[in-house]
Amino acid sequence: MRGGTELSRVRGLGSAHEGAHHWWHQRVTAFSNLFLILWLIISLLRLPGLEYETVRGWLQSPIVAVPMALIVINTFWHMKMGLQVVIEDYVHGPGRIIALALLHFWTFGAGGLALFSILKVALTGTPS
Amino acid sequence: MTPTRTRPTSPHLTAYKWGPHMLVSIMHRVMGVGLATVGVIGFVWWLVALASGKEAYATFLTCATGWFGYVVGIGLSFAFFLHMANGIRHFVLDTGAGYELKTNRIGAMVVIAGAVVLTSLMWLYIFAKGL
Repeated sequence: MRGGTELSRVRGLGSAHEGAHHWWHQRVTAFSNLFLILWLIISLLRLPGLEYETVRGWLQSPIVAVPMALIVINTFWHMKMGLQVVIEDYVHGPGRIIALALLHFWTFGAGGLALFSILKVALTGTPS
Repeated sequence: MTPTRTRPTSPHLTAYKWGPHMLVSIMHRVMGVGLATVGVIGFVWWLVALASGKEAYATFLTCATGWFGYVVGIGLSFAFFLHMANGIRHFVLDTGAGYELKTNRIGAMVVIAGAVVLTSLMWLYIFAKGL
């Protein structure tokens, strides 16, 4: 009934060699997002205005630019895992492969644009 | 010969009576997809405009502060607060707590109410401050 070595049976991970990684990362990123996005909302609401100079000056500060970059990494990772499950639930057949590939492009394309923009603002100018 | 009788129905969406827990469950998913599409477009547009210069940012602000911008903004904030509140609810459920019918029902209703309250408070603050 159950093959493999004794060690592999003890590990109980089957041929995939992994178990709850996806589930666990979804939780870890969710927990971090909770603080990151709440910080973003409160930080923006505390600004005197949302004009060009004000927002640029805000983003040029390291204690803003770094959490912003973390938001892009962490939130987009969470988004990619979440949408992957949605696609796996509703898209069947070859379309699933295309949808998953598009999701990959979407995540890294949008994430790359956002990260570069944050760095460009943060590294070119003095914080207000 | 076995007598013909109604076979038990497999647990499926149509077999259950709708309740707040089901509403919150599907809304969590829909809001997540909304944030991942509309939310990401708004977020990236905002940052790219900010990095591209005054004119690009002015275009973004004009769109964001038009009536359509406010509709999208209010929708996105509600989507975030619902996804957040239900995410916290899921952390509780992950510990194995809150599965009793009544507790689960109350939890789901608190999530919806919480999202509505947080969204309203945020926009009241924005309009009061004139951001």
